[in-house]
Amino acid sequence: MRTPVILEDGMSNVTLSAVSLDEIKHLVSDRAIEGETVLLNMGPQHPSTHGVLRLLLELDGETIVNCVPDIGFLHTGVEKNMEAKRYLQAEVMTDRLDYLNTMGNNLVYCLAVEKLVDLDVPPRAQAIRVIMTELQRIASHLVWLATHALDLGAMSVFLYCFRERENILDIMEMVSGQRMMTTYFRPGGLWRDVPVGFEEAVRQFLRLFPARIEQYEDLLTNNPIFIDRTKGIGVLSKEDALAWGLTGPIIRGSGIPYDLRKVQPYSGYEQYDFDVPTREEGDVYARYLVRMEEMRQSLRIIRQALDGLPYGPVRSNNRKFVPPPRSEIGTSMEALIHHFKIWTDGFPAPKNSVFISVESPRGELGVYLEGDGGNKPYRVHFRTPSFVNLQALPMLSKGHLVADLVGIIGSIDIVLGDVDR
Amino acid sequence: MGLEQKLGDMGFVTVRLEEAVNWARTNAMWPMLFGLACCAIEMMAAQASNYDLSRFGMELMRASPRQSDLMIVAGRVTRKMAPVLRRLYDQMPEPKWVISMGDCASTGGVFNNYAVVQGVDEVVPVDVYVAGCPPRPEALIHGIITLHEKVKGEKLVKWA
Repeated sequence: MRTPVILEDGMSNVTLSAVSLDEIKHLVSDRAIEGETVLLNMGPQHPSTHGVLRLLLELDGETIVNCVPDIGFLHTGVEKNMEAKRYLQAEVMTDRLDYLNTMGNNLVYCLAVEKLVDLDVPPRAQAIRVIMTELQRIASHLVWLATHALDLGAMSVFLYCFRERENILDIMEMVSGQRMMTTYFRPGGLWRDVPVGFEEAVRQFLRLFPARIEQYEDLLTNNPIFIDRTKGIGVLSKEDALAWGLTGPIIRGSGIPYDLRKVQPYSGYEQYDFDVPTREEGDVYARYLVRMEEMRQSLRIIRQALDGLPYGPVRSNNRKFVPPPRSEIGTSMEALIHHFKIWTDGFPAPKNSVFISVESPRGELGVYLEGDGGNKPYRVHFRTPSFVNLQALPMLSKGHLVADLVGIIGSIDIVLGDVDR
Repeated sequence: MGLEQKLGDMGFVTVRLEEAVNWARTNAMWPMLFGLACCAIEMMAAQASNYDLSRFGMELMRASPRQSDLMIVAGRVTRKMAPVLRRLYDQMPEPKWVISMGDCASTGGVFNNYAVVQGVDEVVPVDVYVAGCPPRPEALIHGIITLHEKVKGEKLVKWA
C-alpha cells in the first residue's frame, strides 16, 4: 500500500512514498519476511554509490544475502528529448549521458548519423577523434581510480588523479572551448581543426603521464590494505560474464579479450598497434589492473595517432550535411544557401535504421538511430554499458560483506547518467 | 597578522555578535557530499588539488545531511529524486543554505521534458544559482564566495 505524504510547507507538490514490505516481497527471500534477515537501504544519497544508485540490501549479519538495485533516480528522458531535436541539435544531449565519456558519446552518435546519411569523414578528423577519445578514456579511468580508491580509504590517490585529469581537461578546453561537455565531434568530422599548441600540449601529457601511472601503482598495486580489500572480492567467472552480456574492462578482467576497437574497428582504430589487456582472476583487483594497463595502451594509441596525424580538412565536403566554412559564405551564393539551410532546417535523413557501437571506457556503447525521412530522428536508443554491467552487481555481491560491496560497485565503474539516461 | 598590534596586550576584542557568528559560519561551512550528475564531477574537481576548496574551510564534505550546512545541488534533479532531495534538505540542521549548481539544477537546462524538475527551487529554497553546463570549478567557487557575502550580511533579528 503506497501512502503518499504531502509536504507541508507548500513549496512543492512532490510526494514521498513509504514502501511497505508487501510491495517488495517478491524481491527478497522469505527469511526477510519472517524477520530473520535485515533489510537495509543504501542510497540514493550515499558517498560510495557513484551517483544516485539505490540498493536494497538483505543482510544476514553483515553478509549480503541479496542485493536489489533500484535505478532511475537520474532518468533524464534524453532519448525522448532527442526525438524533438534536429540531428545536429540532438548531439548536445549525448554529452550528458555518460558525463565521464563525453567525447565517446559524441563519437558514437556522429558515427551513427554518418552511417545513416552515408557521410564520409576525412582522415585527419578520424585521427583527431581517436586522440580525443583516448584522452577521454584516460580521464574517465582517472575519475574511476580516484573514486574507487577513495571508497577503499585511499584519499591521496583521489588528489593525484584529479591533478592529471585537469591536464586532459585543459586539452579539451583548448580544442572545444569546454571542459566537459565538448560536442567537439560533429557528423562529418569535427567542429573545427585543433588550435596551434594542441600537439605540444598532448606531447607534454604523453611525456608526463607514464611516470604518474607508476605513482598510482606505487600507492596501490602492492599496498596490503588495498589488496586485502580487492583480491578475491566480487569474482566474475568467464561463463557468467558472457551469459550476462557484460562488456568492457569488467569482462577483460575475467579473461575475455573482447574489445570493439579490435573486434570491429571504427574511426581508423585498425591502423594502430595496441594490446587488449586481460587478467584471468575476475576479481576487483584484476579489474583494477586491467584499467591501469588500459591507460598505458591508450597512451600508445595517442602517440601513434599523433605521430601519423595527416594534414587536410577536418570536415566532410558534402555540403548537404556539413555547413560550409565561414570564408566561403561571403563569396559563394551556394555556400550561403547551404549554411542557411543547415542551421535553420537541418538535413533530412533517409527512412532507415542503423546500429553502431564503440568501446567506451565502460564497455560497449551502442546507439540505435532511426530516421523517418525528416530532419529529426524518429527514435534514438542507447545501449549503454553501465546499464548492462550493473546487472551483475547482485550476482557479484552475494555472500560478501557490506564493506566489500563498495569496492564491487567501484570496480564495475558505473556512471548513473549512463545507466538511467 | 596585524591583529596583535591593534589589540595590544589586552587579550580580548570587542565585536558585534552578528559579525562574530557570521564570521564563524562562513569559515567552516561544511557542504554535503551530494552529487547528482555531471556537475558533481566538477564539484569533485573543485574539491581536489587544483582548486582546493579547503581554502574556504570546506574540505570536509559530509555524506550525512545532519552534519552539513550547505547543500550543493550538483546536477539535474529528476522527479524521482526530488522527494529524496527534499527529505535530505529537511534533515539538515539550521542554519542551512543551498547552492544550485549548473543550468539543470537552476532551470532544467537543456532537459525540458517529463523527467526533469524545471529548477530545484521548486523543491527547496535556493540561495545562490551558479550558471554553466557544467560550471567550471572557478564558477562554483565564485558561487560559494557569493554565498559567504550573503551570510556575512545576515542580521540577528532574522536568526530567531
